Amino acid sequence: MVRKKKIKAPATPKRLLKGAVKGSEYKREAFIAYAILILGYGFLQLGAGLGIIGHNLQGQFVPICVYVSLAISLNLVVGISGELSLGHAGFMAVGAFSGVVMARILETYISVSSVQLLLSMIFGALVAALAGLLIGIPILGLRGDYLAIVTLAFGEIVRNIMNVLYFGIDETGLRFAFNHTIPLADNSQRIITGAIGATGIRQKASFTAGIFLALFTLFIVLNIKNSKHGRAIMAIRDNRIAGESIGLDVKKFKLTAFVVSAGLAGMAGALFAQNYSTLAPIKFSFNTSVLILVFVVLGGIGNIWGGIIAAALLTILPEALRQFADYRMLTYAIVLILVMIATYNPTIKSTLQMRIHKVTSRIKKRRKETGKEVA
Amino acid sequence: MRKKWMKVALASASCVMAMALAGCGGGTTSDGNSLKVGVIGPLTGPAAIYGEAVKNGAQLAADEINASEPKFNVEIMAQDDEHDAEKSVNAYNKLRDEGMQVLVGTTTTAPGTAVGAEAYKDRVFALTPSASGPAVIEGNDNVFQLCFSDPNQGVAVADYMAKNYPDAKVGVIYNNADNYSSGIYDKFKSTWEGKGKQIYATEAFSDDANADFTAQLNSMKNAGVDMVFLPIYYTPASNIMTQANKMDYKPTYFGVDGMDGILALEGFDTDLAEGVLLLTPFTAYSEDETSQKFVKAYEKAYGDTPIQFAADAYDCVYAVYNAFDKSGASVEDDAATICEAMIKTFTGDFTYSGLTGQNMKWNKAGEVDKTPKVCVIQDGKYIEK
Repeated sequence: MVRKKKIKAPATPKRLLKGAVKGSEYKREAFIAYAILILGYGFLQLGAGLGIIGHNLQGQFVPICVYVSLAISLNLVVGISGELSLGHAGFMAVGAFSGVVMARILETYISVSSVQLLLSMIFGALVAALAGLLIGIPILGLRGDYLAIVTLAFGEIVRNIMNVLYFGIDETGLRFAFNHTIPLADNSQRIITGAIGATGIRQKASFTAGIFLALFTLFIVLNIKNSKHGRAIMAIRDNRIAGESIGLDVKKFKLTAFVVSAGLAGMAGALFAQNYSTLAPIKFSFNTSVLILVFVVLGGIGNIWGGIIAAALLTILPEALRQFADYRMLTYAIVLILVMIATYNPTIKSTLQMRIHKVTSRIKKRRKETGKEVA
Repeated sequence: MRKKWMKVALASASCVMAMALAGCGGGTTSDGNSLKVGVIGPLTGPAAIYGEAVKNGAQLAADEINASEPKFNVEIMAQDDEHDAEKSVNAYNKLRDEGMQVLVGTTTTAPGTAVGAEAYKDRVFALTPSASGPAVIEGNDNVFQLCFSDPNQGVAVADYMAKNYPDAKVGVIYNNADNYSSGIYDKFKSTWEGKGKQIYATEAFSDDANADFTAQLNSMKNAGVDMVFLPIYYTPASNIMTQANKMDYKPTYFGVDGMDGILALEGFDTDLAEGVLLLTPFTAYSEDETSQKFVKAYEKAYGDTPIQFAADAYDCVYAVYNAFDKSGASVEDDAATICEAMIKTFTGDFTYSGLTGQNMKWNKAGEVDKTPKVCVIQDGKYIEK
């Protein structure tokens, strides 16, 4: 998916940097995104409390929050920084596994599980950000397709390392090996066992933790977007040469977006890992990276709240289609295609645009009138 | 630009939400006198062959039970998990919404580990037909396995060899990138050496290099190995047999359940598999009367020869049915009550004889105790030894 580059006449890098353009649009976007998350949380919690929502949907609360966070953080790279990354699941994996190891260590020192969860998520984020930094430094000089290929390779490398990684813990400390034939000490507890992954994880994740993760991710990404830094990142995205000409350090700004995005993905991974009792490396295959990218594309590249809705819906959709039994995956594909056609159809678009325009102008009119009355 | 399709997104959003909510309240079509048994397995994706077999095997058993005018019926509810832990938990929760009372699942190990933990929390009794990893039952007092666990296959083979081939010079070729294979090998090695025996040569390979086994076979040959233990799947095993034949090396091969399927492999000269010994709980070519009956019924119902997974699931449903009958629980009880009654029965003096073993018993950890079946391939058929 290639992002359409629209060069708007007044959006010169200098004006963008000053924040003179689109200030109110940022506010509106932030408002909608926060509102979706908070209202969604409220409704779902209420539904669960009243018993309207079944086990199936309740079981997906945490994954939804995780995928929403992943979509938001990937949007920072794909939408705001304008680079195509196909390795988001790799960062998620790094965060997930390091989070699991950290949580197991913390279990001996801290008794409060929510604190364990929080610290392990922060640790997962840090390790993933470090991975992002290490991978980002050499490759962010690449552009377009090349970056996509390298990130794809990164995701596969992470998964393959996880396939042969053995991690154990005993009274002397941590032990790890890259081959199961090197035995970990017999009395050590295995945390990660190669292709089987981590088993016996204590499930600490909750919907509330999930929504906090999503809100935190949103807060970080929106603030970056609406900062001088973010405007510089977008200026480089829109016109690299112009950006460089006014002295923006292209690599530095791109790297910031990449590393923050990686860290946030790691945090989401750490929460995801602690929602299940087991975690296998196969989960973080290329397919998962693409799935997250689909959330972003379907929600509109660069559109944060669009990504939130897309992530939530596409997580629920395959489950909601379970009643179609054998035709479930077929139906899922058809629905995806229909949504794509509908959202990018010019006729539907224009009619919708007209409707929305009518409504918004009416609201504006009313606001003006009431404003005058107050004045 | 973005505003335009926002409405569409919202509209489709509300659509899907409505569907999701509708799905949640979805009632079950039950006659009030049936035990609701949930089945979870990969019905789509690359592992679908296993999930389909489990679903069909379970359904066949339920149909037979229901046709025999029982005290209560058995209703099978199957859900797809795509061989993915996350999806499997979703499938499990969906089954709970539908009123599942006992779980026969999951089919594969990784999802089984995740679902096992959930079933433990929710107190739903689970008997897995084929999730053989030890992590599935670990720490879960209400999750039981009908199949041998991976390590126990290694023990069974070592015991069998020590008894029947005490003088064999044993060598092993295994896949060290595969947990199934290395799990069996580890346990085989410790059991075999625990008996004061020696492994004359050990060679490993990985999934990336499973075509050329000349080096491994030379090592076996040079060490004078006359019995090669292959705790691997049938495709690499077929390569080993073909290449050994070319270099005029003719040891006896010993396989485990992953060897099941070698006779159906395209392009493989089945003559080479003559005399291969393998540990397998079930074979469709068995002369055994109950097996024959099952194979015929399965072929009639699904037009396909049943694999081991189908037999495992068939046994699971019958074992659950018999145990439930014995436990004194009622089909009107909730899952948690049934769970406690079933645990008591399963860990008590309950035994079950079926397609995949005679006098199966379960210990508190959830492992099955049954006599392993060893078959030998003769004239292109499995003959029980």
